[in-house]
Formats: sequence, C-alpha cells, structure tokens
Amino acid sequence: MRHLLSAADLDRAQAVTVLDVAEQMAATQRREIKKLPTLRGRTVVNLFFEDSTRTRISFEAAAKRLSADVINFSAKGSSVSKGESLKDTALTLEAMGADAVVVRHPASGAPHRLAHAGWTRGAVVNAGDGTHEHPTQALLDAFTMRRHLVENATGADLAGRRVAVVGDVLHSRVARSNVLLLNTLGAHVVLVAPPTLLPVGVEGWPCEVSYDLDATLAGGHGDLDAVMMLRVQAERMNASYFPSVREYSRRYGLDARRVGLLPDHTVVMHPGPMNRGLEISADAADSPRSTIVEQVTNGVAVRMAVLYLLLAGARDLAPDAPPAAPPAEEVALTEGVLP
Amino acid sequence: MTTTTAGTTWLVRRSRVLGGQPTDVLVENGVVAEIGPGLSAAGASVLDADGLVLLPGLVDLHTHLREPGREDAETVETGSQAAARGGFTAVHAMANTDPVADTAGVVEQVWRLGRRSGWVDVRPVGAVTVGLAGERLAELGAMADSAAGVRVFSDDGKCVSDAVLMRRALEYVKAFDGVVAQHAQEPRLTDGAQMHEGAVSAVLGLRGWPAVAEEAIIARDVLLAGHVGSRLHVCHLSTAGSVEIVRWAKGRGIDVTAEVTPHHLLLTDEEVRSYDPVFKVNPPLRTAEDVMALREALADGTIDIVATDHAPHPVEDKDCEWAAAAMGMTGLETALSVVQHTMVETGLLDWAGVAQRMSAAPARIGRVADQGRPLVVGEPAHLTLVDPAARWTVEPHTMATMGRNSPFRGRELPGQVVATFYAGHPTVLDGKLAGPRPGTTPGRDA
Ligand SMILES: [Zn+2]
Repeated sequence: MRHLLSAADLDRAQAVTVLDVAEQMAATQRREIKKLPTLRGRTVVNLFFEDSTRTRISFEAAAKRLSADVINFSAKGSSVSKGESLKDTALTLEAMGADAVVVRHPASGAPHRLAHAGWTRGAVVNAGDGTHEHPTQALLDAFTMRRHLVENATGADLAGRRVAVVGDVLHSRVARSNVLLLNTLGAHVVLVAPPTLLPVGVEGWPCEVSYDLDATLAGGHGDLDAVMMLRVQAERMNASYFPSVREYSRRYGLDARRVGLLPDHTVVMHPGPMNRGLEISADAADSPRSTIVEQVTNGVAVRMAVLYLLLAGARDLAPDAPPAAPPAEEVALTEGVLP
Repeated sequence: MTTTTAGTTWLVRRSRVLGGQPTDVLVENGVVAEIGPGLSAAGASVLDADGLVLLPGLVDLHTHLREPGREDAETVETGSQAAARGGFTAVHAMANTDPVADTAGVVEQVWRLGRRSGWVDVRPVGAVTVGLAGERLAELGAMADSAAGVRVFSDDGKCVSDAVLMRRALEYVKAFDGVVAQHAQEPRLTDGAQMHEGAVSAVLGLRGWPAVAEEAIIARDVLLAGHVGSRLHVCHLSTAGSVEIVRWAKGRGIDVTAEVTPHHLLLTDEEVRSYDPVFKVNPPLRTAEDVMALREALADGTIDIVATDHAPHPVEDKDCEWAAAAMGMTGLETALSVVQHTMVETGLLDWAGVAQRMSAAPARIGRVADQGRPLVVGEPAHLTLVDPAARWTVEPHTMATMGRNSPFRGRELPGQVVATFYAGHPTVLDGKLAGPRPGTTPGRDA
C-alpha cells in the first residue's frame, strides 16, 4: 500500500494489521516517554484545505510521537477557490521533500488526485475529502469497537458484529469509509436515515438500510453491538432534507429512551463534533456506554499506525510481510512494541 | 454567398463511395464533376484512394470554438483546423462565448472569422436569451437576418428552463425557419451536480446529476413543440429515458430531432472513479445501459445525428481536483473514429448511415443548404476520405485543437481521416492540414 485514500484500499489482513499495530502504538502511549524515534528525519505535511482542528491535531500528535518533522499547511481561506492551487501546493510540498502528505479537502477525490496526478511522490493519507471518505476515522472506529466487543483482540476482525450507522449518510465521508471497512472486517452494517439523506445507489452497498431507528435499535434482525451517530448539519433543513430540527431529532436522534432499548454491551459512538440535542442527547453522549472521548484518544494511535506502516519501509501491510525492522539504535526503544 | 474555387482539379481514384464499390470521382471548380470507374483528366491532381471510404463532408451541429473571449482555450482558426482534420466541412459555433453571441454583431464577427480562416464553413449559433441569462429573448430575428444567417439558436451550457420563455422561443423562430437547440438540464435538480447520479456517484461522494433532470426538460419541450407546432432540437441526449421520450414524441408526429455525442456512445460513469477531470462533462457520462440505448437509438433513427460538443479547455482548467474542473471534452478529431468503433464495427450502422447522421441530417437541421448533399454529379464537393483500416493512438498534443482534454487520450481508435475537401479544396491531405480554402476573405460576401 502506497497511499491510504479509501477504506477500500485495505483488505482484511491489511486492516487487521493496522489495528494490531495501533494496539502496540497505544501501549507506547501509556508509557511516561511517549515519543518513538521511528520516523526521525521524515517529514509529514498536514495539508488542510478545510478547517478541522481535531483531525489535524490528531495527525500532528501521531506524527510527532513517531519523531517525524511536521509541517502544518492550512490552505483554508487563501486563494484555493481555484483548484489549480492544489497542484501548486503539492509541487511546493514536493520541493520541500514531504514524505507523507495528510490531506483534508472539501472536494471529493482531491487526495486521489494528489496521489495519482504525478504532483508529489510522498505517501498521501486521506484525512477527509468532501463527501467521499475518511478512512482513518473508520479505522479508529473499528479499533474502538474491537477493543470493546472482541476478547483477545489482537489478530481479530469484527466478524458477526452488528453496527448501526445513523444520520446524514448522503453527505458523510465517515459513513462511506465505515461501511467499507466494517464490511471488510466481517461486521454487518445497518444504515439508518431518512430517505432524503441516503444516496441514490445505496442499494449496491454491502449493508442493510433502514428508515426506522426504533425498529433497528429494538434489534428485530439481531442485537446491535454498536450504534454510531453521524453529525447532522442544521443547514440541511433549509434544503428540505427534513422538515425541522425537532422532527429530525424525534425520528432519528439518540436519546435516553432509545439508549434504553439497547442491550447492555452495546457501545454508543460519534465521530464528533457533536450537535448535542440534535442527533444525540447529552445523556446519551455522556452515558457510560459512550466511547466518544475514547475515540479521540484512539485516533492518535491509529494514525501513528498508518503513518508508521506507510513510511517505515513497510509498503505492504500483509501480516506475513511485517514492517521492516527499525534501525539498530532504535531497537532498544521499540523492542517488543512493533511486530 | 458566392463560391470561389481553388482552381484545381482533383481526381480521387478508387475510393468506395459510402462504403460501396471502388470508383473514381472527379472534382472540378468546387463541384463533383464526374463519378465512375476509370476516369481520367489531364492536369488533374490525383489522389489514390484505394481502400478509402468517401463520405460527404461532415457537419457538426455542436462545436465550442471559444472565440471571442476564451482565445486561450481555442480560436476559430484552431477549432476549424481541428474540424477539418476530423473530416468536417461545416461546424456550428456555440453561442456561449464572451461576449455571448446574442446579437447580430457578435454572430457576424464569428462568421467573418470563419470565412477568413477558410478551413470549414463556420455557422454561428445564436443565443436564445440575452447573455444566456434565461430571462428575455435575444434579438433572434436580427441574428437570422444578419450576414451569418443564423438558423440554430441555443443557450447551450445553460438550459432555457423557463417554460414560457421556451415556448415563445420555439414559436418565434418559426418566422425564419429557425430551430431551438435545447441543453436539457433542469437547474434545480442539478445544482452543484458533478457526475451522473447512481451507484458510482454514491461511492465517490460526488453530487449527482440525475437522468430525470434531462428527461423532465425533454418531456416538457416535446410537448411544447407539439403544442405550438415548432421544430425542436435536443442537444447531447444522454440517457435511455430521454431516448424513450424522443421516440414517443416522434411517434406522435412532433417535429423533434436529437443528437448524441461520440463520448456518450463510448464512455460510462465508471471512468469517473479515477477522479480525472478529463472525464468531467455536461451532461455527464452515464451508465453502460444508457450507452447501449443511445447506440440503438442512433441506429434506428430515434437519435438523428452525432454532434461533437467539442469543448476545449486550457490545461489549468482540468489540472486540478474534480469539483474545481471545467466541464467538457474535445471531440472534433476523434468523432468519426469513435463512431466507426461504436456504430460501424458493431454492425449497427453502415457508412451510408454514418453519412446520414454526421452530414446530411445535421446539415438539414442547421439549414446548411450546400452541405450534407448526396454524392452525385453537380453537387458541391464537400468530401471526406477515411481509411477504415487504419488504427491510431489518441495523443492530444498532436491534435490541431488547442484543447488537450481528450477523454480518449491513450486509447487506440480505428479509422483515420486521410483527406477533407471543402468546396473542392483539399484542407487535409495525407491526414495532415493542407491549407485553407483560398479566396474567402470577409467583406467580399458580407
Ligand atoms: Zn450543452
């Protein structure tokens, strides 16, 4: 694997490897000295054409804890309305010797373009593109689920788990990446949304579709193991995707009553940032089964794993081709940590 | 308009007229002087056309020449050179220039540029509404009466979406035998649309351009045309549903014609998975089912013509992310090859059928009186010689168009235009530009 552009870039073995490496990265983050020397001398550029402080900080922390040099390039608000500057920016980064470019862009496919138009030789990591995908979010979601739902997690996938993804699927890059990755990992996905917020063509996706949240939560087709609530932008109301925030919340919001319908082991997830009171109530978000804060923590470990696997000489994520051993002087620090 | 001749006599030896048996054709003083085996003519230039198919010069009803205003993308000169290399002898220059071709002054300017260039007959299309704004009618009569003699009116790039305005336009152009060529796109259903709405757009997260946005306008327009007894032309029809509507309208006797582009006959929305903006076009590439329906409709006559929608763009308008990229593809120099590949080699059309759909019918729709004529003695010598056995790889930088945005880049296509005769003058010989038709300076005829 040269880039991470879509959750579909990962087969089952590769996805499990990322999760396993992320576990080991997470273990290092419980130590007093969190920093690993693995990517010393490598340059990671965070190229953000769209505001997302939380995602940028997560990638930045991940890169820095691997000792990479980090350059933050925020292109939002500069002259990027003309798309040509994506190319010019890429050429600039190439000239600066970027080994990896973490790109967030409002246009679907921009990371794909960056990776394949010959503008940069660095590895491209999609940190969210338009309404297309957000593969590292799906990886951290899967990582979080595996921790909660699978005993002896290392090497395991999510076979047989049922996951509901609820909300604005149409505009959600998180939903697209999650459907792909969860399916790869053997989980069963139910998308729950008003029909206006599902894309035409969703019939072909490897998942089930429901318009009825209560029926899905009640587990008519089997108990849910995780419920993931998607952010709904109130502006969608103005485009008639739904009649009012109140009606949306009544039909598709997760509140205490609906949480009460779930089995005890089911986790409640949200990629953030939340609209409390719209798609999720405060008591649902803050309930003990909520993994929302933990997802943020896990994001750093997962992104460390992705950067490590892309940059540390390991182009192939297959488990039988483990990442190259770190240089001798690093072994002491990393021994027992990395596969 | 007078016809000046090259003063050269050409003997085209052993070409297959409309794909038939080899015969000779003598071109003299701009007209077809003789047809028959074993002709000879003292002093004639001889073109050995053994194995080549002779077609009437192709007529494009839908070309974006970009001049005035976007000479960085294409000029009348380069666009008409591209047309000649593609086997065309007439093109209709779309009105979405800057300034918009919505007055007699602008259409005459484009017409004069075409005359000066002399590679093909450049027929300006007039805008339906002032500034393509869809609010009030442009001076259609003035454009019709101008030296350019406009007969085709279109807001192409934009849809005349207001039903009353469309009705008035359809009615008004009857006074001078004009036709409204509609770019059928319901604007509200396609706000911000990036590609065909379906399975692929769902995965790619690109805003969908639903088939219904085209079909709803076509349905409305054929009903309007039937109601007021007018002639309607549908630009670049792209969906199976649109085919059904046009078929229904023709069955009812409504005077509607329709075109399909070469790219909609070959490419599908699967290409968009590359996010390469060279595949970004309006209307968008559709599904394989749509492509098959379009081919069948072109074969059975439901779709009357192939039109290129040649839309050159400067490199920077395509060398970017998908959403920021301009819509459109070049097409003049690949059109005949794509039609051979998709229609002739599949057995759906013979060469006579190709001539009908790429020359006779578009000339008739555009009211280009001296083009698209039968290949018989006495007719103007607008001729195209194609080598159907040739195969070539599309390399945009070798083309005459300034546009590098060919969606067929790197693809091997059959059929090569070997020679084009425009009113008896060879604009293309040996597949290369030979020279413009002399003596067509503006002013003399205006
Ligand atoms: Zn158009």
